[in-house]
Amino acid sequence: MDETVAEFVKRTILKIPVAEMMTILQAWGFLSENQLQDINFRKRKESLVHDLVLLCEEKRARVSDAALLDIICGDIDLFDMKQFKSSFKKILQRALKNVSVTFRDAEENAVWIRIAWGTQYRKPNQYKPTYVVYYPQTPYAFISSSQLRSSIPLLGQALTIASKHHRIVKMDFRSRYLDSLKAIVFEQYNQTFETHNATTPLQERSLGLDINMDSRIIHENRIEKDRVQKITEEVFGDYPQPRLEFAQYKLETKFKSDLNRGILAERNEPLRCLVKFSSPNLLEALKSLAPAGIADAPLSPLLTCIPKKRMNYFKIKDK
Amino acid sequence: MAVLRPQDQLPGLNTATILLVGTEDALLQQLADSMLKEDCASDLKVHLAQSLPLPSNVTRPRIDLIVFVVNLHSKYSLQNVEESLRHVDAAFFLGKVGFLATGAGRDSHCSVHRNTVLRLAQAYRSPLLFCDLEVDSFRVSMAQRLVRMLQVCAGHVPGVSALNLLSLMGSSENPSAEGL
Repeated sequence: MDETVAEFVKRTILKIPVAEMMTILQAWGFLSENQLQDINFRKRKESLVHDLVLLCEEKRARVSDAALLDIICGDIDLFDMKQFKSSFKKILQRALKNVSVTFRDAEENAVWIRIAWGTQYRKPNQYKPTYVVYYPQTPYAFISSSQLRSSIPLLGQALTIASKHHRIVKMDFRSRYLDSLKAIVFEQYNQTFETHNATTPLQERSLGLDINMDSRIIHENRIEKDRVQKITEEVFGDYPQPRLEFAQYKLETKFKSDLNRGILAERNEPLRCLVKFSSPNLLEALKSLAPAGIADAPLSPLLTCIPKKRMNYFKIKDK
Repeated sequence: MAVLRPQDQLPGLNTATILLVGTEDALLQQLADSMLKEDCASDLKVHLAQSLPLPSNVTRPRIDLIVFVVNLHSKYSLQNVEESLRHVDAAFFLGKVGFLATGAGRDSHCSVHRNTVLRLAQAYRSPLLFCDLEVDSFRVSMAQRLVRMLQVCAGHVPGVSALNLLSLMGSSENPSAEGL
């Protein structure tokens, strides 16, 4: 082994705190399990490092191996799936004697968790489980609506502690389609290809319409139609919208009216009302409102902010 | 010119032009397509507008008939029509204006009451027609009816004028005799 490489290896290993030495070396995978087990980690650090470097020399470590070790060391946030799973399970089991937890590793590094809840005295109810999908590289977890509301705080706690975060916050964002929630939360829905002539598409499209249409039909408000089309595209983009089924607005506001003041307008307390929009594909429906002539463009920001704010349950009060 | 006048221009040879005013472009487009499919001796032209006033810098043929389309499911469409009516000269209302209400078939979706459009049509002394434009067969028969009305309003039917037609339609639809 080259002297410079040896030096590099030595310095990299020196950077590792002794407490994490075993974990990192295991993750590195260059030294075998047997070799790692033979090492005495209780020695003084200098001497320990010296032993390790010798081992590396025997195995003829190259620069690339050392570089790999460097990367692993640099990743302070080393996520250990095994540790997460066991920690999560332990927390739930400590709180409720009877709980069954199952894990399944899925694509994109996600872990699917199934939890069946019981109590101190009752076996877990396998017919009302809660499902959680957790993406360890992100601070997001997706939880199926639990029919046992008392279990939610405990679940939150277990996730927070096992994933080494400080706090869990419930987002006002719900949908039946996990893919849509993911697309919005991870901002994966708005990828469009950049084309060279970004200005021509709209014109080309309207020209295409004219050719297909009867020339005896004349649209008087062509300019307005184009304006609406442009605004809609600016707000929603020209890609398909992720699927959400509801948007709900809880209003606690004072009554406002342009007409003569009536009984409602004289009321001092705010009115409470709930407005719920539902649709097989809410965002596509909102996108088509202005072009269909059902609403003015631009739409209310309360409607268009849904993907940006990652919310579809709102509470609105007077300021 | 902000206000539409019926005799602003000379008529085109054998041409009959109808102006459909309504917020829902798709419905108007479908109705226009159905009208143009009809066999008609006159050259038909259909202008579609979301609202009045029309853009002023455009040359357009003389408009023979205006039909205001109200979707009973949408208060916005009614509001739009009410505002557009202000830009129509009074002379048009001698048989060259009609109201078309769509969506009555789906009662649970209606947010505009039938009587509201009825009163609107009575106030402007113009006929009111009901037709669910989304239903193909209804739309086709309404298109046929509108084409005949349009031909009369353009003066292409000898012996019948727009005013004649108005009084003929008025006796069955609007009990507005007491208003005169």
